[in-house]
Amino acid sequence: MGNFAANEGLSIFVILVWLGINVFLFVYFYMAFLIERFYYTRVILGHALSWARAPAACLNFNCMLILLPVCRNLLSFLRGSIQCCSRTAARQLDRNLTFHKLVAYMIAFHTAVHIIAHLFNFERFMDSQLMVNSSFLPYVLSQIGNNDNKSFLNPIRSNETNPTIVMFTTTAGLTGVVITLALILIITSSMEVIRRSYFEVFWFTHHLFIVFFIGLVLHGVGRIVRGQTPESLEAHDPKQCASYFETWGKNGTHCPEPDFAGNPPMTWKWVVGPMFLYVCERLVRFYRSQQKVVITKVVMHPSKTLELQMKKKGFKMEVGQYVFIQCPSISQLEWHPFTLTSAPEEDHFSVHIRIVGDWTQALYTACGGDKTTVLDAWTLPKVGVDGPFGTASEDVFRYEVVMLVGAGIGVTPFASVLKSVWYKHVQKNQNVFTKKIYFYWVCRETQAFEWFTDLLQSLEKQMTEKDMSDFLSYNIYLTRWRDTEAAHFRVQYQAEDDPITGLKQKTRYGKPNWDNEFSTIATQHPGSKVGVFLCGPAALAEALGKQCLTHTESGTEFIFNKENF
Amino acid sequence: GKIEWAMWANEQALAAGLIYLTGGIVGVAGQFRGWQFAAFGIAAGVFVCLLEYPRSKRSKGTSVERTGQYCFTVCVKAFGPLTSNYYVRALLHAALCVPGGFMLATVLGCVCLGIASLIYLSAAIHGEHWEPILHRKELSKRIGESIKKPPQNPPPRPPPELRRKKADHLETAAYDNPMTVAVSE
Repeated sequence: MGNFAANEGLSIFVILVWLGINVFLFVYFYMAFLIERFYYTRVILGHALSWARAPAACLNFNCMLILLPVCRNLLSFLRGSIQCCSRTAARQLDRNLTFHKLVAYMIAFHTAVHIIAHLFNFERFMDSQLMVNSSFLPYVLSQIGNNDNKSFLNPIRSNETNPTIVMFTTTAGLTGVVITLALILIITSSMEVIRRSYFEVFWFTHHLFIVFFIGLVLHGVGRIVRGQTPESLEAHDPKQCASYFETWGKNGTHCPEPDFAGNPPMTWKWVVGPMFLYVCERLVRFYRSQQKVVITKVVMHPSKTLELQMKKKGFKMEVGQYVFIQCPSISQLEWHPFTLTSAPEEDHFSVHIRIVGDWTQALYTACGGDKTTVLDAWTLPKVGVDGPFGTASEDVFRYEVVMLVGAGIGVTPFASVLKSVWYKHVQKNQNVFTKKIYFYWVCRETQAFEWFTDLLQSLEKQMTEKDMSDFLSYNIYLTRWRDTEAAHFRVQYQAEDDPITGLKQKTRYGKPNWDNEFSTIATQHPGSKVGVFLCGPAALAEALGKQCLTHTESGTEFIFNKENF
Repeated sequence: GKIEWAMWANEQALAAGLIYLTGGIVGVAGQFRGWQFAAFGIAAGVFVCLLEYPRSKRSKGTSVERTGQYCFTVCVKAFGPLTSNYYVRALLHAALCVPGGFMLATVLGCVCLGIASLIYLSAAIHGEHWEPILHRKELSKRIGESIKKPPQNPPPRPPPELRRKKADHLETAAYDNPMTVAVSE
């Protein structure tokens, strides 16, 4: 439970504060339209007025928030400053996309409430124009301002129209339709199915947010929500004068006709700040993309993996971070994230890119993947690199004993971690706190990550040379195999090197028995704090979390770090 | 990979159906003028949702089903070319959306459904069509059946004199041992 609180506590707190602000704004602005100023407006609209204005305020708040989590350079800067104070707070900033989605859902919800309330408003405004009867207060109210067209209450000025036409001829109505359509298109193209299969559709449609924000700022320009002016309120008190509506402004009465005016637009005050920050963010990304990145080495690994080693002036990274890479010759607008696989101690930084889609395939061709001759350095494509982003996994080095678990492609960040630990131990000769690493790699087949087995092989060789073979203990678990291969494994059982990976430590088959593993580690390292790091699916995270709790007994303490790699 | 427009059209149409339905409910419940259009909106919204709920099978890649879509798949499949052809769908959505434009509450549903119709038209022009996602239960049954019938006869073997292995005559053995044979006598 303590782990849960440590890992999730801050997130839950942030969400509760955010929900609390939403509720507060809703109630506050609901009540703000129950005052005297809007007495006559409410005569026509009833509570539908408040039901429309309250979500509008929440929409202002949420539209302000939605741009902030996607300013990743700003977040990176914040994270760097916060990291010295609190690592938990720093890690919170990695959940930015989750927050962005939550705010988006809230915007959709409030939009729905706002639109439904306005449907009632339009209907009621229309009704009061159509009920031509001077003994009917809403009708009388609707006739105010017929002369000067300025002091009117009812935005529908005639009875020869209908709500649909009014909607398309008022600023508020037209902008409302446009931004709602933009919002719906953004949401439908952001569904996970579309996002994961056709990233381009998601990304390009998402840029409709520009239309959304422009429309949002213009939405209130028409000042369609009207209440009594303060001067009119002094002369004409609704409580006393409302029942005498048939004699307003006539000789002998003390109730002049009330005057109405609209509220000035407020939305721009909420969103201008974040809009400015986002513009800065895009400028920073553009500037970074223009900075020179030199590809120093291109390695083609089997099973469709491309390794790019690059250098960029002033590039500083830490273990477990990722970068966004852009290749203008393939696409000007696409930036794709890749985990860094090099260690900070190396003189270059590298990424391993699996060829899975259009963009990666094009990159492969541009780097000479299909050619057999060596390419000259100047023929390699120009790339832009933005980053690095992500919380550094420095925590790994704070534990004496470390368990690293990588599932499938989740093994990628561990390349950086393993290399860095090795460099720290050997080349820098620092007194590294970490004394033992248990590495678990669970995957269906190692072929796709053959480059990682290469890394393990080279580490293995170096460790034997330095006589440190028991520093790193790694276990590879293959969870799927074909029957034909199984026979081959059985035959090769006695061979010295593993038939699949060529490593000295044997590959195992099936899923690891975590209970056993944890027990063994607990007995071998009594009294120490063991850090458990996972990069893999949620189901595995749950299983490991439970194991940490059950095996934390007197002495050995397992601390589960659910990192967002 | 190349975009399958129908996937996005499907999401858009499903959202449009829900919006059409909601606008229709508001129009009828609030007894707005022109509530008959709202009532049509409810019916059209429900129909569109039922039609669009089952996802099509992708021509390339793995298809992700929606929860519980199997019964809907069966129903939609029963209409054959009426539902699998996207030109028909585009036309159908275009026709269904028109009455929504006559009343404010359903206008949004009308426009969204219209956009979905356009995306479906694009899908049809690209030669896409709707394919049902059906479970492959038949394959697993076949494997199960073969296991239930174990072989009745032992495999053919050489005569007993040749079968018994002598540790010093390994070369004459009739078959190879997967494991090393130790001299045990």
